This record gives sequence, structure tokens and C-alpha cells, in this order.
Amino acid sequence: MSNEQGLQGPAPEERPHPDGRRNSQGIRIDPEAEAEHEPRRTVLSAIVEHEPGVLSRVAGLAARRQFNIESLTVGPTTVDGHARITMVVEEPDPGIDQIEKQLAKLKPVISIGELDDDAIRAELVLLKVRGEDPDKVHAVTEMYDGQTLDVGPETITVQLTGDERKIDDAVDAFRRFGIIEIARTGQTALAHGAKKTVPGEEPGTSGEPTTPTTDTQ
Amino acid sequence: MSERTAPPTETDAPTPADDDPTETDVTSGATSVVRALENAGVETAFGVQGGAIMPIYDALYHSDIRHVTMAHEQGASHAADAYGVVKGDPGVCLATSGPGATNLVTGIADANMDSDAMLALTGQVPSEMVGSDAFQETDTTGVTAPITKHNYFASSSDTVGDVVGEAFALAAEGRPGPTLVDLPKDVSLGETDREPGEVRAPATCRPKTNPDSHEVEAAARAIERAEKPLLLFGGGVVKGDATDEARAFATEHQIPVVTTMPGIGAMPEDDDLCLSWAGMHGTGYANMAITHTDCLIAVGTRFDDRLTGGIDTFAPEAEVVHIDIDPAEISKNVHADYPVVGDAGRAIEAIDAEMDQTPDAREWREQCLTWKDEYPMDYAAPDDEPLKPQFVVEALDEATPDETIVTSGVGQHQMWAAQYWTFREPRRWVSSHGLGTMGYGLPAAIGARLAADDDETVVCVDGDASFLMTIQELSVAVREDLDITVAILNNEYIGMVRQWQDAFFEGRRMAAGYDWCPQFDKLAEAFGARGWAVDSYEEVPDAIEEALAYDGPSVIDFHVDPAENVYPMVSSGGANGKFALSEDQL
Repeated sequence: MSNEQGLQGPAPEERPHPDGRRNSQGIRIDPEAEAEHEPRRTVLSAIVEHEPGVLSRVAGLAARRQFNIESLTVGPTTVDGHARITMVVEEPDPGIDQIEKQLAKLKPVISIGELDDDAIRAELVLLKVRGEDPDKVHAVTEMYDGQTLDVGPETITVQLTGDERKIDDAVDAFRRFGIIEIARTGQTALAHGAKKTVPGEEPGTSGEPTTPTTDTQ
Repeated sequence: MSERTAPPTETDAPTPADDDPTETDVTSGATSVVRALENAGVETAFGVQGGAIMPIYDALYHSDIRHVTMAHEQGASHAADAYGVVKGDPGVCLATSGPGATNLVTGIADANMDSDAMLALTGQVPSEMVGSDAFQETDTTGVTAPITKHNYFASSSDTVGDVVGEAFALAAEGRPGPTLVDLPKDVSLGETDREPGEVRAPATCRPKTNPDSHEVEAAARAIERAEKPLLLFGGGVVKGDATDEARAFATEHQIPVVTTMPGIGAMPEDDDLCLSWAGMHGTGYANMAITHTDCLIAVGTRFDDRLTGGIDTFAPEAEVVHIDIDPAEISKNVHADYPVVGDAGRAIEAIDAEMDQTPDAREWREQCLTWKDEYPMDYAAPDDEPLKPQFVVEALDEATPDETIVTSGVGQHQMWAAQYWTFREPRRWVSSHGLGTMGYGLPAAIGARLAADDDETVVCVDGDASFLMTIQELSVAVREDLDITVAILNNEYIGMVRQWQDAFFEGRRMAAGYDWCPQFDKLAEAFGARGWAVDSYEEVPDAIEEALAYDGPSVIDFHVDPAENVYPMVSSGGANGKFALSEDQL
């Protein structure tokens, strides 16, 4: 305790300050002009405990941490009590790393991984278009290896599957007929070839006999 | 106010068959829950009764667990949080469904932000009524999902004990945090004779405690070649019980240390190497060291914005070694050039073992000492001005033993307490850092008191506005006869807001002051505590001495200078090295 001025020392502008700086991602940069990471679109796959609320935990985490999710699918696996969540996310690189790590911390998340570029990806879309020109609709559906599911006097509903780009192209092609309604599942994906989609993942026996004979393994 | 089922009066209370040992056997979900708590070593729990949690309380009737009835569930959550901080084991709080559970929310969020291990048990309406908007129904697991490590909705009387055990273990596992189990009344009441199993965290939540050798090697090389190394000890050092390893490392390699606010006490603040805590209101020398270090060795910190200031100017020259048990903290806010994922103590020891030489940092140490001289922590106390709050903190520190536990609310008083109290040991500074919860101090002092040894002193440095937010808990301190001393630094303002209004809102003091402030000494007496009011320097020593000597709850209302501000100050988003020493430098 002093009875005079209180805090002392050189004023802010009199203090030496280094020239270095960090970008908004906290990365030390030199020179100053170094670019920040651009957003990147990628697929994350997670094996989770198939319990009530797991989807809301995953979605809630993404929302409150402002992770940009393009699509999210969920379904059972061959292991009883497990489900696979497939997420398409678009973030700059440190963000993708963050999503993966934050999701990994969720108790129901057993394992999570980012898929390589060569991963097999597919989604399904249902398209309801105007039925005035059934032949042409049929032709476009054929062109995209689709199926016609419902034909009525006013509407035709078709189903298409494929990777994101094929689906985008197909949707464009159907626009000429007038799309009345559209429902897309979002992408689901598996790693290419024998590679594991998610680290440590092992096949289970749920839903036999879809699993091949075990003695060949 | 929320409606609750009236507690039974003495005459209504059932007569327990205390002598019959079978009474304590597991007979229901609720008794299984209590058994799980006992198996986990729980000695004390904090809570408030209510309809849906009544079966759990009924099971506690036969237990040795000490239950402390709090005045408000928020108080229960803060008390449990602080209990856990001081004790080193998860604190436990209980509340009923609906308003009971939502009142816990602030304390759960607080524990989550500060990585404090805590287990909350909430009653819930019977399973069959869930989703029907039943009386006192709230989607508690939905509400608390974002602020817990994990929460559970108990679905079976047979397994509810296991779930509670798992939740308790999970709270303490790896990076600590709060967990919650929601207990529908039918699950608690349902019959079971199943003993809960082993108390252990779920398999999907086991952290990596042993660091990878390649990470350790890279970190060791970076530290060896540093010319201006600086250790940054966060709350993870305290909560990871890594203080011994951390201090040994700093001392052996003679590396200066700054701490975060939750890291206060990780290094003795009177050690030459310790530069105290950095950040918005941290010491000038800590912030200068952060600004100029070429190798920041951060242990158990999440690089909160109140520590870093503007991220672009944070430790701008430093390679960052970041040790943390939570991989998600690596490069979350500040890029880690050398991440080391693992238990803090083990990682420090592994790095130490890997290092072939100590960094040559003699000049740097001298520079840090120069900054200590150049920017001393001090305040002016002219004779013609009112009592200075900093003086009160120093006087309290002087009058109490070295290992005194200090709790605080949030605001100016909190900063002065952290700045002017000299902490020498971990788990002695108990405050609300990340969430910044006004009102934390008094219930935290209750929790800390019950966790501390009888011969330890517990002081709550509070603000007038913070104290008013949870003042009802004074009734608990009186009823439980708890020896705590509350020192209110009363400036009749929400002082930090007033300071910001003066600095950044051209002095428009909207909703920051009171037209009338209660006489806290009288209020304390009305509660059954002892109270003092202090206006001058001369009265300070006697009031402190008397309050400390009184073996029960005491409140000293220090009327301090309402114009006093907290400095140094790094403006929000500003550069740490550009801290202001007075308002005209902002």
C-alpha cells in the first residue's frame, strides 16, 4: 500500500511490443499476409451407442459450437446397440479437427474418423415433378438410372441414388418439368476397399444372415 | 416461487428401524442410488427437497452421508462445486424436478466452464408422465446436455445405481466436469435388490493419460532451445493434482511461471519465479512475459479470451507447447506447435526426463524480475479518500493463515481478491472463472467449509451485488454452524459494470448502482450470524480479528471507495502487453 499514485510503470505506447501476430485461428503467421484456411467439405463417420437422444447430442453439439453441417444420416450397423452417423461438414481445417475431437468426447461416440477423398459416397433423393410429360420424365429418369415410384394424372415421383454431384446434376435436369417437392437423405459413405471407415470398427453379427460366413474370416 | 411438496414435520416423520441392518439393504431404485453414492465414497451432499426427489431423500434417511439442505438449488450446485474443488473428489448436489432442476442449471454451467467435477441428481416426474407436461416436469437432460460432460435419464430401478456410479466416476475422469442423472420417481420407488456394481467411467470416455513419446520429444527439444521460456499453469495443473510436478519442473529448469486465474496456487505466488496470473486484470509483469516469451509452455489451460485478449496479439513471438488431457483443447483457440496430450503431471515428468539440457534463460529471468519492479501491483490510498478495497484484501490475507481458502463472487472484488491475496497452495482459491457467476461466493464458502479440515480458515471475499444474489444461504451457514467469514467489499455498485460504463459508455451508469443498499451487518445478525460494518482504515484490523475469532458465520460489511477501479486492465480483445494502468490509458 502506498499513499501516492497507485499502479506505476511505462505507459502502453512506451512499452516494447513484438511484431509477430497470429491469425484468427490462433496460428502464428509470418508474414502478415499469409492466408487463412479455406473451408473444406468432408465426410465424418462415427460409430455411436444407439441410445435415445444420441442424434440430438450430436446435432446440438454442432449447433452450439457453430459447426456447419451440410447433412447428417444415422442408421444401425451390424453390431447390436451401435449406429453409424455420417456427417457432411464444411469448415476450414482447424474446424474439422475440432468437430472430430469434440464429437469424440461425447459419451455415446465410440469412434469417429474423417473419410478419405476416395470414399464411396451415396445419397438418395425423391423427386415429385409435374406429370404433364411422362415420356420425357421417364427418359431423364432412365438417364440417371433412377426408378419411377409413382405415376398419377398430375404428378410423377422418381427415386435417384448416387453421389452428391450426380444427384445435383439430376435435380437440375428435372427442373424443366417443374419440381413440386423434393426430399434428399443426405450423404452416407463408407471407406474405399478394405479400409476401415472408422478406426477400430469391427463387424458384428446383428441381422444375420446378411453377414457372410464367419469361418472365411 | 415454485411449489413444492411440504416436508414432513417432526411428528409426521416415520420411525426408522435404526437397529435393523436390513433397513439399509438395497430395496428400491432410490436405495440403490444412495448405495452407489456410498460406494463412491460420498460423505456430503447438498440439495433441496421436493416432490420427485423425495424417494432419494427417504433413502438418504438411513445413510451416513451428510446432507446439507440449502436455501436454493443454485446454492446447492455452487456448494457442491466448491466442495469438489477443495476436496478433489466430485461434489454432489440434489434437486427435485422442474424448478429444482432448472435452479441447478447455473451451478452446473459454472462447473462445466471451470472443469469442476460434480454430480447432480435430479428428480423427474414418473416415466409414464414424461412428455405430458406434467406438474413440475422439465426436460432436464435436454436442458443440461450442453452444460454437462454427459447426462443420463435413468430408465430402470435395477440399473439406476450403476448409472449413478458411472456418472460419479465420469465427472472425475480425465478432464473433470459435471454430470447429471435424471431420476423418474417410479424408477426411484421401483423395487430392486440389485447392488450397484463397480464405480467406473464408461469405456468410451477413458482419456489418454500417458503422452506419446514423439510429442514429448518434440516438446522437450522446443523447450531446450528456448531463450525466453515461460510456463503457463492453468486450472488443469490444480485439478489434475500436478502441482508437485509442475513446481519441480519450473524450479529445476528455472523457468518463470504465470498462471491463469483457475491456476492460481499452482505455483507459490511469493516465489521469485512466479509472475502471478495473466489476462485482463492480471499483473503487468505476467502480461509482459506472455507478450515477449519465445516458448510458451501451457499446461491444462483452454486459452480463455480473458487470458489471451485479442488472439492476434497473444504471445505473438512464441512457439506454443500445449499439454492437456483433453485433445479438443489442442489448437482450439491458440495453435499448438507442440501438442502433448496426456495427464499434466505425467506429461511434465516425461518432458523433464526427455530434456538433455536446461534452457539458457538467465537474461530472460532477469527481464521478468525487471518487469516485476517496473509494474508493481499497488494502489493509491490517499488519506482524504474512502477505505480502499485492496487494503481490505491485504489485511485479510495478513490476518489469516497461509493456507486459508478464499472464495469469491464475480466482479471487481473478485479481481482485487485474486490480485492482492498471496496464494501459495492449490485448491485454496475457489471462484467462478469461466461462467462468471455472481453469487458464487457464499454457497461456495459453505461447500469449501465442509470439504476443508476443521483447522483451516475459510473466507469469502464478496461484492455487495454478488452477496445479494445468494444471501439466503447465510441461513444454511447459521443452521449448520459453519465457521466462515464473509468480507463484503461494498461499493454500492455492480462495480465492474460501473467501471465499464465509465470507461466505455461515457459514464452513463445505467442499472449499476443502488439507491439504497441493505445494511449487511444487520442482515447478518437477523440471520443469526455475526455482523460488523466498517468505514475506516482504523476499524479494519479489529473487525477482521473479531470476525475470524468468532466460531461461526460472520459478515463484515466493508464500505469501500465506490470510485475505485480494477487495474491493470487489458481492454476486451486488446493486446496483453498493452494493459492500461489507469482509465486514461484505455
